[in-house]
Amino acid sequence: MTKLNLKRTVAMARKEFIQIRRDSRSLLIAVLLPLIQILMLGYGARLDANHIPVYVLDQDGSQDSQNLLKAFQASPYFDVIKVVDTYKDLGDAIDADRCKLGLVIPWNFSQNLHNAAQTKVQALLDGTDNNSAQLAVGYAQAVITTFSTNITVNWLSRYGLSQLASSPLSVDYRTWFNEELESKNFIIPGTVALVMALMGALLSSLTIAREWERGTMEQLIATPVTALEIMIGKLAPYLAIGLADATLCAIFAVAWFRVPFRGGIGTFFFITTLFLIVILGIGYMISVATKNQLAAGQYALLVTLLPTSMLSGFAFPIDQMPRAIRAITYLIYSRYYVSALKRIFLAGNGLRDLRTEVIALSVYALVVGYFATSAFRKTL
Amino acid sequence: MHNDVSIVVDGLVKRFGRFTAVDHVNFQIHRGEIFGLLGPNGSGKSTTIRMLCGLLTPTEGTARVVGYDVSSQAEEVRQHIGYMSQKFSLYNDLRVIENLRFFAGLYGVKGALLSERIAWALRMAGLSGGEHRLTGELSGGWKQRLALGCAVLHRPQVLFLDEPTAGVDPLSRRDFWELIHEMSADGVTILVTTHYMDEAEYCNRLALIEAGRIVATGAPSDIKQSAIRGDLILVDCTPLGRGLEALRHAPGVHDASVFGAALHLVVDAAEDSLKYLPEYLTSLGVSVHRIEPISPSLEDAFVELTAKGRSSAN
Repeated sequence: MTKLNLKRTVAMARKEFIQIRRDSRSLLIAVLLPLIQILMLGYGARLDANHIPVYVLDQDGSQDSQNLLKAFQASPYFDVIKVVDTYKDLGDAIDADRCKLGLVIPWNFSQNLHNAAQTKVQALLDGTDNNSAQLAVGYAQAVITTFSTNITVNWLSRYGLSQLASSPLSVDYRTWFNEELESKNFIIPGTVALVMALMGALLSSLTIAREWERGTMEQLIATPVTALEIMIGKLAPYLAIGLADATLCAIFAVAWFRVPFRGGIGTFFFITTLFLIVILGIGYMISVATKNQLAAGQYALLVTLLPTSMLSGFAFPIDQMPRAIRAITYLIYSRYYVSALKRIFLAGNGLRDLRTEVIALSVYALVVGYFATSAFRKTL
Repeated sequence: MHNDVSIVVDGLVKRFGRFTAVDHVNFQIHRGEIFGLLGPNGSGKSTTIRMLCGLLTPTEGTARVVGYDVSSQAEEVRQHIGYMSQKFSLYNDLRVIENLRFFAGLYGVKGALLSERIAWALRMAGLSGGEHRLTGELSGGWKQRLALGCAVLHRPQVLFLDEPTAGVDPLSRRDFWELIHEMSADGVTILVTTHYMDEAEYCNRLALIEAGRIVATGAPSDIKQSAIRGDLILVDCTPLGRGLEALRHAPGVHDASVFGAALHLVVDAAEDSLKYLPEYLTSLGVSVHRIEPISPSLEDAFVELTAKGRSSAN
């Protein structure tokens, strides 16, 4: 069981590699799928909202309300598309998805401004896309705050109190690691995990099942090759392909999507190898258990891709999840890889900074490796 | 154990749930011998051979192959055997040479021996010059000889062949058996299963197996002689069914069974029966076209032995 003969393992790996090369489906999964995935996710899964369409109901119709609209128009986040006359028109526009944000400027807007009374602007939002709605509120508040500050400053200087105009206290933001606060920088590093999970689990889940289905297993296990040699020989080519795919994804992320890569390449490969061992081990065990390629592929997606896309923090921040779900994410191995990827890409963390992730993934790799090596028995 | 005994099977049993596939099987095979397991499909031949290769664990009993116990030393057994499974089980998507190199790698064949053995296997399979063909494109006879080549790259002492000639044309079957005899002459012990009676004649010794039990063991000629007590007669008559029914109750006839388009009878004395039977049949409205004494085939022996087995079990 524990015997490992290098010659036999190499023979196994070489054979598996030739088979991958000749199997168009495997090639597709290994080469094309990662490319499609990173392009789709890179373009599709952006959470930024630019040019949010805005409809306006300007009940005031004053110079001040016009100035506020100009401020919205000047923001890159908003496009003021139309000014409507009735509240109903505004509601209809949101219902019909012609705009994401409806702005209502009340009739006493200008009057209140000049009387130094507090005035309010109403924002109507399309909440069907919760994320975009939240972003729109945030951006709208920012525009209005700036507008309001300018008015205060003007007002103060008119009364000769311009020295007060510069507030004694202000918050000066600087966001580290993702200065532009761009969601692509947040999402794209995590897509490497998604690509690894999909490619690794799908391909490795076919390895043992294929031998059973094609009737080649009986001949194979009648030879002196050990279960361990079969496993290592079969998975080694996929580890190599996985690392190649990870490199491809990283190059794409940096060269195409302009995501910064601040960490070390060695760190990136080390942690990717750990993650691949976990993924390939799981796929292999599923293959051993099902003996059927179709079933194996489906189970593999269920236990790897699903948690990696939903619970790893890849797109949905873990600290915004309900407490129970958040507790579950600690058991999801992908969580540690996604977190490590983001920190390698954006923060340039090294292994020392990533020790939690490294330890968690190592434990997973050991546990999965242990069970995987004892999963396959050389009997019919 | 004697030095010249390669395989010792002692009280081997394999049960799958409540079904007993192999039921207390015993036999010994000597070095260089071609030993056949002959029996119909589902009689337990493949299960026996799989236990001997360490692919299945016996439920009861022991078996030793070149001195190693198949249950506790399966890996040692696998080092010394070659096995060709019932279905073709090389990789169709690999080239001929890639299949050979793969199995050579698994068997640890290396160095000068590697190229020598691969060249030998290619010659033996008639595939010299065709080593870059995809295995899946080869015809049945070639595939089978390539599979044999892959199974013996490491010069095993014992070769297990499970229905090796199933789906192979007659000419290729003859060539194949010639190869088997050459290997046996080199001292390789060969255990082969088959349900072709004519093929079983190529074996040095046979075990007839039915419903998991061995009903007879011995050289083909011995089995035939001992199985048939009396003489064998062929009767060609119409209608066949009525003739069979009549002959089963005829005096001096032990057994009557259908063989192809005619009947085979086991009788006390051929001479008496040949005189008496034509008249007897004609009187019952059966017209006789041909009636003559024949020498028994293995099939006759098999039918006779399994009929006995059945009647004694009832």
